[in-house]
Amino acid sequence: MKSFKQHTGLVAPIDRANVDTDMIIPKQFLKSIKRSGFGPNLFDELRYLDEGHPDQDNSQRPLNMDFSLNQPRFKGASILLARENFGCGSSREHAPWALDDYGFRAIIAPSFADIFYNNCFKNGLLPIVLSKDIVDSLFLALAENEGYELLIDLEQQCIVLPDGTSLSFEIDAFYKQCLLEGLDEIGLTLQDKESISAFEQQWRKDSPWLFDVL
Amino acid sequence: MAGKTLYDKLWDSHLVKQREDGSALLYIDRHLLHEVTSPQAFEGLRLAGRKPWRIDANLATADHNVPTTTSERAGGIAAISDSVARIQVQTLDDNCEAFGISEYKMNDAGQGIVHVIGPEQGATLPGMTVVCGDSHTATHGALGALAHGIGTSEVEHVLASQCLVAKKMKNMLVRVDGELGIGVTAKDVVLAVIARLGTAGGTGYAIEFGGDVFRTMSMEGRMTVCNMAIEAGARVGMVAVDDITLDYVKGRKFAPTGELWERAVANWQTLHSDDNAVFDAVIELRGEDIQPQVSWGTSPEMVLPVSALVPDPEQMDDPVKREGATRALSYMGLKAGQPLTDIKLDRVFIGSCTNSRIEDLRAAAAVARGRKVAANVKQVLIVPGSQAVKAQAEAEQLDQIFIDAGMEWREPGCSMCLAMNADKLGAGEHCASTSNRNFEGRQGNGGRTHLVGPAMAAAAAVTGHFVDVRELMSNETA
Ligand code: SF4
Repeated sequence: MKSFKQHTGLVAPIDRANVDTDMIIPKQFLKSIKRSGFGPNLFDELRYLDEGHPDQDNSQRPLNMDFSLNQPRFKGASILLARENFGCGSSREHAPWALDDYGFRAIIAPSFADIFYNNCFKNGLLPIVLSKDIVDSLFLALAENEGYELLIDLEQQCIVLPDGTSLSFEIDAFYKQCLLEGLDEIGLTLQDKESISAFEQQWRKDSPWLFDVL
Repeated sequence: MAGKTLYDKLWDSHLVKQREDGSALLYIDRHLLHEVTSPQAFEGLRLAGRKPWRIDANLATADHNVPTTTSERAGGIAAISDSVARIQVQTLDDNCEAFGISEYKMNDAGQGIVHVIGPEQGATLPGMTVVCGDSHTATHGALGALAHGIGTSEVEHVLASQCLVAKKMKNMLVRVDGELGIGVTAKDVVLAVIARLGTAGGTGYAIEFGGDVFRTMSMEGRMTVCNMAIEAGARVGMVAVDDITLDYVKGRKFAPTGELWERAVANWQTLHSDDNAVFDAVIELRGEDIQPQVSWGTSPEMVLPVSALVPDPEQMDDPVKREGATRALSYMGLKAGQPLTDIKLDRVFIGSCTNSRIEDLRAAAAVARGRKVAANVKQVLIVPGSQAVKAQAEAEQLDQIFIDAGMEWREPGCSMCLAMNADKLGAGEHCASTSNRNFEGRQGNGGRTHLVGPAMAAAAAVTGHFVDVRELMSNETA
């Protein structure tokens, strides 16, 4: 997995609460059996004026110029600023895959849906929770300043604003480590192979009806 | 010392290792797979040269994008007209074959929506940890299991290690005491709970549903309730084990028998929260207060009793809520102050892992019997949750009631719940749907979903607009 240590990037807004995973990547694109290539269809229904389907030449489609990511000033953004409950809905990991494929490295919001939040870490994407007030002020600053960039330092758990102010954020120690080192979580778990086998053996004795039935 | 909640007990019994950084390894008993969220996980295993840890813990089925018309299904995979869907269904078969995983293939007698067939086949049992790459996995919590949705990387992780890296959630009790009125169903209860909690109110919690209403509710009703825990933000929804649970499980295909059954039951009877257990949050509702519900917006929390009026965003204090409601009304083509019963329907969908079990179909059939689909309703889809549900419904001749009413009787699958196959809404169409999500575009680009229970959906189908199903019921007795 890609590691995440420090990142400086342009910020783009998506100014609505409860952005669900259907909105992030509509279902017609879930039929791919690959992990990559979802970027051009990120926020498909908001981004384009026509109805999207797989195997389309996206460069020929009419853009919704009211949508933030289509505006020239947010071109190349790698940090997404969002509202409450971002990523709610389905468990589809295609959502973080699409955000990653588009070029986002971090998402800042007052809250995230649980499954989406988890899925981000498996894909080198950093979800950052900040208080509603701070997020409000970032939306304001972003609206007023073209080329608004932030520096995110995961090691220090802080975000540095253009004026030098530093905002700290909380993050789970395990996830932080995985992201900093770009760790393969499965490899890490399998280092505990013996504990898993020992547990399983005992469990089989205690609850034999759970084994060998399928 | 404080007692343990049901969630605490299930967590503790499956804890392989508590790590110093606060994360834990949790052992997974049952892993359910389907065609949409598994291909990349199998690919990951192959690339890393890994094998599944325990083959017999896994069960797969094709449900999300299988066609539901009898003619298209009859031709098998080769006849699936959507080429991308065909590849996914084929890929699942190939992967299960290659790794030796049990699968109910598209036209097998055990096939169905993954959350319908798990309990139905006894493949998910009380006391289990159950995961699946689908957010409605909490459905299995109705059995007194710890069940939740996971992403594709976690699907791969569970396949490879039989464990999940997890963090313990907080405990929430949703308590509904009293009695439900006639015509008020499990779906109405859970929608009323979501209206109270909000779509994110349960984030970070495992919810246990307790109180008189759930104690007397059937297993299928409990599944409907647990199914929608995620729509309140909670990954886990659960109901404690009681005699209703045991009666349901007994005799199912993969349930234990004989001496093992006795041992299992002794164990399962401990699966309830202790009297002195402490919950981090408690929400209480009264059964008598709950009316048949209809969602009016684009989030499951935007739901009201059928007798209500479409709310006015101008009267909402929170600016984010106001903005959300305004946007929802414009998307849904509704006006503040309009009665919900004025909403005319273009299509009706009865199905999904929320409401496609036999009791749901019976409830819908009771309303449809002897009536006809209203002229303004273009299509009514009845999609049974599994082959077994379909067979049972046909044995009870429910299919004939639906067909006589002018409704379509389909083959099992997710169908218009997420509209990955041909079953979908056109732009601007209003649909009364027994599914679980009313997000923008969920049932088709521009489609307008209203979440309801199965009897309410059938009532909407025959009257052409929303109606309190109890009015149709009293006509019958009059
Ligand atoms: S019926 Fe709908 S919610 Fe249930 S598993 Fe299928 S797509 Fe998911």
